[in-house]
Amino acid sequence: MGLTPSTASSVISLHINGEKHQLCVDHRTSLLDVLRENVGLTGTKKGCDQGACGACTVLLDGVRINSCLALAVQYDDREITTIEGVDHPLQEAFVRHDGFQCGYCTPGQICSAIGMLAEHKGGAPSAATEHLSESDGELSDAEIRERMSGNLCRCGAYNGIVAAIGEVAR
Amino acid sequence: MKSFSYVAVSDVEDAVRAIAAEPNAKFLGGGTNLVDLMRENVERPDVLVDITRLPLNGIEELPDSGIRIGALVRNSELAAHPVIRTRYPMLSQAILHGASAQLRNMATVGGNLMQRTRCLYFYDSASPCNKREQGSGCTAIGGFTRGHAILGASEHCIATHPSDMAVALVALDAVVEVRSEHGTRRIPLADFHRLPGSTPHIETELAPDELITAVEVPGVPVAAMSRYRKVRDRASYAFALVSVAAAMEVRDGRVSAVRLALGGVAPKPWRAHEAEEALLGAPATEESFGRAADAALASAVGQGDNDFKIDLARRTLVATLRRLLTEGSAA
Repeated sequence: MGLTPSTASSVISLHINGEKHQLCVDHRTSLLDVLRENVGLTGTKKGCDQGACGACTVLLDGVRINSCLALAVQYDDREITTIEGVDHPLQEAFVRHDGFQCGYCTPGQICSAIGMLAEHKGGAPSAATEHLSESDGELSDAEIRERMSGNLCRCGAYNGIVAAIGEVAR
Repeated sequence: MKSFSYVAVSDVEDAVRAIAAEPNAKFLGGGTNLVDLMRENVERPDVLVDITRLPLNGIEELPDSGIRIGALVRNSELAAHPVIRTRYPMLSQAILHGASAQLRNMATVGGNLMQRTRCLYFYDSASPCNKREQGSGCTAIGGFTRGHAILGASEHCIATHPSDMAVALVALDAVVEVRSEHGTRRIPLADFHRLPGSTPHIETELAPDELITAVEVPGVPVAAMSRYRKVRDRASYAFALVSVAAAMEVRDGRVSAVRLALGGVAPKPWRAHEAEEALLGAPATEESFGRAADAALASAVGQGDNDFKIDLARRTLVATLRRLLTEGSAA
């Protein structure tokens, strides 16, 4: 794009779950709304629409973000993975451990957990990490709870969620 | 949300030229605060200049054993950096105690400094707010003040600055590098955020045509012995009621170096100089910590609902120093 600001909308390309989509988006449109309304991928959920609940979590180039606070126009040419593109042991673990009740937060929980496991594997610490200079600690339940605190579950299925993630992580 | 134009820039020159050319333009970084405020019609830019492709995402060690952090480094990346974790553990901890992992993956260092207060009345465009609309009044004063300031407030605004990261940075004497078409200047972080006085709508020293390009943290040996402690309404993912960034070195039973700053209590990240002076050279004891905390809170004033913060800040400061003494650094 040149230096002249483009007016109310722009044409962008998004690579979603391995498929390229060319879209004309109003600049105000969030990545979440593009996924749901323009592309028809309704697995990603809108909860609070203000970055407070995590239901909209998707993976951007493998990194978890809140798609509700992401303006789609900013993500031209990037790789997005939504729950529709996920095939991961976490999904069956959630079923085995009753990691949900209504299921509304589940797509966000699973995408978030995939991103979280990669962060932990890469040595990233959390607020629950005792000693910051030691990076390869085991993913304890306390670590999982802290690292997943950006995903709320109003049914309160947290114990099942922690157990499911713990089983896959350990 | 109001309609706006969008331009993505790929070098710093283009970025500052684009912002200077449009009187009502804003830089867009991670968007985690700006997009939310635009949705609430608190921010109403005509143009967004997307700076996320600028080459400002490096973390470099400096000759004085300090560190230079590009303005577009993501919060998560900074917190995980090995030099930050070992040399400045309170900075790593402060970042990790803010927001959620998803938000830290999006939010930039420059954006963290520029984030705006979470005062509910500032967000509610039906309530008068001197910060949102100059001279309209302050609904928070006499309203629900549980989250508001006990230090540095004015009769025009009692909002707090929400950043955790900046609390650790101000204790470390960080310097903000900014750039405009007219050149580069360096602003100590301690002077970067302004107290509200009678102009709460002017929050920082950054001019409208200036871009934050980097934050530099000098070498601070005592920072290796540091911790960040945050008290909030739930165990994770909430703004601070009170937070403390503390670094302390003890030699022969006496405090030989100390850095202290408070968060959640003031309109800006609050360096506790009086507490540092009270503690330096004093015996490293519970009594000295208490005297330092008294000095830090000497000018604190509650608004009613937040009166509890005065004692809470005092106790949190003492507890953080006690833990540093007994358990050592968070590194």
